[in-house]
Amino acid sequence: MRDVSDAKPAPPPAPSPSQIAEQARAKGPVQVTGAQSLVLSLEAVGVDTVFGIPGGAILPAYDPLLDSTKVRHILVRHEQGAGHAAEGYAAATGKVGVCMATSGPGATNLVTAIADAYMDSVPIVAITGQVSSTAIGTDAFQEADIRGITMPITKHNYLVTNPLDIPRVVAEAFHIASTGRPGPVLVDISKDALQAKTEFSWPPKFDLPGYRPVAKPHTKQIREAARLIAEARKPVLYVGGGVVRGNASQALREFVELTQIPVVTTLMARGAVPDSHPLHLGMPGMHGSVAAVTALQKSDLLITLGARFDDRVTGQLSTFAPEAKVIHADIDPAEISKNRVADVPIVGDVLEVLEELTKAVAADHAEGRTGDYDAWRERAAGWKATFPLGYTTPDGEETVAPQQVIERIGAIAGPESTYVAGVGQHQMWAAQFVQYERPNAWLNSGGLGTMGYAVPAAMGAKVAEPERTVWAIDGDGCFQMTNQELATCVINNIPIKVAVINNSSLGMVRQWQSLFYNQRYSNTDLHTSVGRRVPDFVKLAEAYGCVGLRCERPEDIDATIQKAMEINDVPVVVDFVVHRDAMVWPMVPAGVSNDAIQVAKDTAPQWDREEEQEEQAVIDQLEEEGAQR
Amino acid sequence: MSKHTLSVLVENKPGVLARIAALFSRRGFNIDSLAVGPTEHPEISRMTVVVDVEALPLEQVTKQLNKLVEVLKVVELEPNASVQREILLVKVRADVNSRSHVLETVQLFRAKVVDVASDTLTIEVTGNRDKLSAFLEVLEPFGVKELVQSGMVAIGRGSRSITDRALRSA
Repeated sequence: MRDVSDAKPAPPPAPSPSQIAEQARAKGPVQVTGAQSLVLSLEAVGVDTVFGIPGGAILPAYDPLLDSTKVRHILVRHEQGAGHAAEGYAAATGKVGVCMATSGPGATNLVTAIADAYMDSVPIVAITGQVSSTAIGTDAFQEADIRGITMPITKHNYLVTNPLDIPRVVAEAFHIASTGRPGPVLVDISKDALQAKTEFSWPPKFDLPGYRPVAKPHTKQIREAARLIAEARKPVLYVGGGVVRGNASQALREFVELTQIPVVTTLMARGAVPDSHPLHLGMPGMHGSVAAVTALQKSDLLITLGARFDDRVTGQLSTFAPEAKVIHADIDPAEISKNRVADVPIVGDVLEVLEELTKAVAADHAEGRTGDYDAWRERAAGWKATFPLGYTTPDGEETVAPQQVIERIGAIAGPESTYVAGVGQHQMWAAQFVQYERPNAWLNSGGLGTMGYAVPAAMGAKVAEPERTVWAIDGDGCFQMTNQELATCVINNIPIKVAVINNSSLGMVRQWQSLFYNQRYSNTDLHTSVGRRVPDFVKLAEAYGCVGLRCERPEDIDATIQKAMEINDVPVVVDFVVHRDAMVWPMVPAGVSNDAIQVAKDTAPQWDREEEQEEQAVIDQLEEEGAQR
Repeated sequence: MSKHTLSVLVENKPGVLARIAALFSRRGFNIDSLAVGPTEHPEISRMTVVVDVEALPLEQVTKQLNKLVEVLKVVELEPNASVQREILLVKVRADVNSRSHVLETVQLFRAKVVDVASDTLTIEVTGNRDKLSAFLEVLEPFGVKELVQSGMVAIGRGSRSITDRALRSA
């Protein structure tokens, strides 16, 4: 028999990071490792969720993470998924999303998501392990200069080799990511800094003399904007994603109610004004509504709020809104007059800009200076009524119209759900045919156009707001880029719903091949439903432990969606096999004027027939008078 | 295109030069010359960047520079309101026959001989770009064996200091 009295007593359980933090608050600096300091700092800035994958260089950080009672780490299957999940988390809530990866390939796998967050101004912090400071620069195992790699796609980034810097750098990173124009910040920490003994105290002192975002708009500019608004006859509110990120939807609504000016919401701003609002004309741009595109083209004043005159909105820049003066409000001074010169530049937080503008316009109204937009509003309403978004269901064939699927998902899941799209045709249809009534209901990759965004971003959104129904509306191409995160969803009880709009091809590219490349379908057939099912999405879903459903007939659409809505304990994947030749309309072909908008192939809308007839009558009369003289 | 001289005050931190150089390249701006060095404040470095751009893109590059967290201040220095200098070291063939002619040129341009060998002279000259190219043109016939030229440094005329102002706003 062994003498148990010799057995070593069990070591006392390691103190959890929050216990250490308690101690830090009570007695000032505490002795910890760099890794503990990192976890304590994350807890202190309020992080509740981290998406990531461990590996060699970041390994030290994962040990104290295990003890944290405040930070939930969700183990993803690919770092790109961690990055998009952090984006989805951030975009759904406005809080900073966090992802974590190891050095080298772990870090480089985050690059796409970081670039995506940079383009769409999503506040995320990416934490990466780096090889030991002594090995940096020696082409060590899993070494990549991720700070150098991400310099052009982050708002700011850090390489930390001194463990004492960890609390300050984390505090700065979260401050930079979430203030001003939000964006991604990367913090790369060497392995030896994570392992070293250091001191932790909170809050750290930091000073960023070169970072002072201007939030308060200039009074003179606000007055000048109000003057233009009063003088305008054909104003349009050109609303971009900044209004959503800046939490200014309510203020925008008040401004719209006061001024009664028609609104367009860009792809990034869908939901900033409820789609049901009578003054909302839809989305502008390449696949915008006729009313929104036309209103911008014919406008005499663009009131641009948190938008950036992206080429997908303006089309050929030189012919965009040719008669319009431009008021451009943005938190980022570099966006103002970048593409289109602003007549009234306003640098500031869009919420403050809207509040000040509302005051200024209300004061004008009180003194009797009210803009007269009645005729303009009527014309815009006319376009909206004459050219509603629409689609044709394939005649006689037993095939499903993708637009109908998306429209029905929106109608059945309702405005309180969150919709997350990939990139391509299904994204445009989801922007067009789901009715958005609240900001942050619509998440997508706008600027970078990242296929594969939907599933992981939906996962992040669902983690952030578990009570909401979250639908990923994905394409068969996009879905195959990141669907490994279904495993993460199943294991961590994140019951998202995925609608694969399966047209068996890279649909948007195929559409361009149909329109501009003589139907030469080079490398766009994915074989996911036509002829073969590689892979079979239902079996794939089941293999992951999700529920897999399939819908191939129009009459089954509603019942299938209903069934998916009833399953709330596991993720559901619905394979909607749709008509492969459906196209996204309206469309402005790339690089031409928005005046060339087409509502269907080779079909331009007939705008303002009466107005044109009136103009023609005037011209005829003048010519007649000239002839008489 | 026209040349513009920007003085960029930055925090003296590792990687800041790479950050700024990369910004110029990815936004498609050509750097004509670049000089970096310390200032009277140890925590601030100063870069003098000469870029070849039109006015509107220049405004954009200035705004993009200002967005960088480590950039404290960007000032454009107008040629007539600033002193702009480059330094040139040039090794010129100078044998017994030509040596006195070379030395004459050195005097004319108020340049300085910094090294002498049996068949060459190494000359240091400072000045603006025009002066340096004129000097080189005159030396050319003697045979230029090697030359190295610094980036331009520039400072505003008068008593005002841009670093003081940068620190105060900081």
